[in-house]
Amino acid sequence: VSFLRRSKFEEGGMMEVSASNNVSLREFGCEQNLLSRPDGSASFVQGDTSVMAGVYGPAEVKVSKEIYDRATLEVLLQPKVGPAGVREQSQEQCVRETCEAALLLSLHPRSSLTLILQVLHDDGSLLSCCLNAACMALMDAGLSMSCLFCGVTCAIGADGDIIADPTAAQEKESRALMTFAIDSTERRVMMSSTKGSFSVQELQECVAVSQKASEKVFQFYRDSVRRRYSKNL
Amino acid sequence: LASGMFSSLKEKIGEVLLPGDEFVFESEDTIFLTDNVKPERPVCGPGLRQSGNRLVVSKSGVLRHKPPHTFWMDSQQWRYVPAKAETVIGIVTSKSGDIFKVDVGGSEQASLSYLAFEGATKRNRPNVQVGDLVFAQFTVANKDMEPELVCIDGSGRANGMGVFGGGGLLLKVSLGLVRRLLAPQSDIRSDLEQLFPCELVVGMNGRIWVRASTIQQTLIISNLLQSCDTLTAPQRREQFRKLQKGGL
Repeated sequence: VSFLRRSKFEEGGMMEVSASNNVSLREFGCEQNLLSRPDGSASFVQGDTSVMAGVYGPAEVKVSKEIYDRATLEVLLQPKVGPAGVREQSQEQCVRETCEAALLLSLHPRSSLTLILQVLHDDGSLLSCCLNAACMALMDAGLSMSCLFCGVTCAIGADGDIIADPTAAQEKESRALMTFAIDSTERRVMMSSTKGSFSVQELQECVAVSQKASEKVFQFYRDSVRRRYSKNL
Repeated sequence: LASGMFSSLKEKIGEVLLPGDEFVFESEDTIFLTDNVKPERPVCGPGLRQSGNRLVVSKSGVLRHKPPHTFWMDSQQWRYVPAKAETVIGIVTSKSGDIFKVDVGGSEQASLSYLAFEGATKRNRPNVQVGDLVFAQFTVANKDMEPELVCIDGSGRANGMGVFGGGGLLLKVSLGLVRRLLAPQSDIRSDLEQLFPCELVVGMNGRIWVRASTIQQTLIISNLLQSCDTLTAPQRREQFRKLQKGGL
C-alpha cells in the first residue's frame, strides 16, 4: 500500500542536488478529442502504458454532492480488468487533489465535473500516465485552469540509481517508487505519492529529476495542442 | 503610450497558448500630470484573467484580438456555459405554473417565463409544449444564479426568437464552429450558400437546426456541418465542390 503525503517544496528551502542533464523518458504520445460523447477526452501513452481519459462538465450535480462555492470534481479510475479496488481509490485521490489544485473550480459553483480514467495497459508509471491523460482531457474540455500539471514517476533501483518513467519490470526490482505532479508555471511539486524506503537526499534527487523531465512533457503538451489548433489558426 | 505588455501580447495574436502562460505589465512608474490620460489596460475576454499586474491564460486555444484593447482565447470546446445576451437553442423540458424549464446544454436548466413571448399576456398564453425548440436570449446568466431566457427583445418584438422547428433537424457541433458560423464574414457560411437554399438556426450553445427543401438535402448539410470541425479550409472547399459535382 502506497504512502500518501501532500507536500510543497519551496525553492529556497531545497537542498542542492545535481540532476543529470539528460533525463530519459520512454516514448510518449497523446491524442485529444477522440471520443464524441464526453465534453473533453484524451488518451496518453508512455511506452506500453496507456490511459484514456474523458471529462464531463460543468454539468448538473446531485444535491448531496453540491458545494455552494465551487464545482464538485469526481475522479473515477477504471482498471483494465475487474472492479476498482483500494489501490485505484488511492490513485483517484492523488489525481483528484492535483486536478483540484490546478482547476479554477470557483468559476462553476454548484456544478459537477467528472473525470473518468480508463487504464488500457499498465506497464509501469501508471499514476503519472493517469495525471498526464487527465491534464490533456481537462484542457480539451476547455475548463479554466490556473496552470497545467504533469506526472513523473521515478524508481530507485537496488544500487541507488534513479530511473525516470520506469517500466513494470523496473518498478518490481526497485527499492522505492515515487510519483510527483509538477505544475507548469513554477515547476513546483503539487502532489507526491511514494512507496518504499529512501533517504531525504534521494527524495530531493528524484524531485529534481522529475522537474527536469517535466520540461519535456510540457513542451510536448504545447506541441500537441498547437497541432490540434493548426486547422483553424 | 504602447506599453511593453501590449507589444508582447500583440506578438502572440493568432498563436496557441496554454493555461498558465502569463504576460506581465510594466509597473506604472510614469505619473501623468494631466487627468485625461489614463494608463491603457487590456480588456480580457474568455480564457484570460487579470490579477494585479499580470495577465494569465486560463484556457488553451488561439489568442485573438479586437482593436483597440480586447483580447480573448478562442478555444474548441463542447460544453456550453451560459453568458448574458447570447442567443441559444433550447429544448423545453417541463411546464410548471408560470415558467418553462429549458435545457440549453449548460450545467443548469434555464427558466423562461410565459410572458416573455411576443404578444403574450396573462390571458393570451403562448402555445409551448414540452419538447418544443425555442430560440431565446439570456437576460440573466451568471455563475451564482439560475439562468433566465426571454423570447423578446427590448422593445417587446420577437425578432426571430420564439418556438420553431417543424420538419428540420437539430444537431450538435462544437462551440468554436458555431462562433465561426456566426462571424460577420464567415467563409463556411458563404460556402454553404453556394450549395443549395436552406434555413439555419444557430445557437451559441452549439446547437444548429437545419431545414432544406428535401430531407436528403437537410441530411447533407447536417453531415457537412458536423465534419467542418475536423476539416481545414481547403479540405472543406474540396468537400463542397465534390457535392456540387455530384449532381444533386
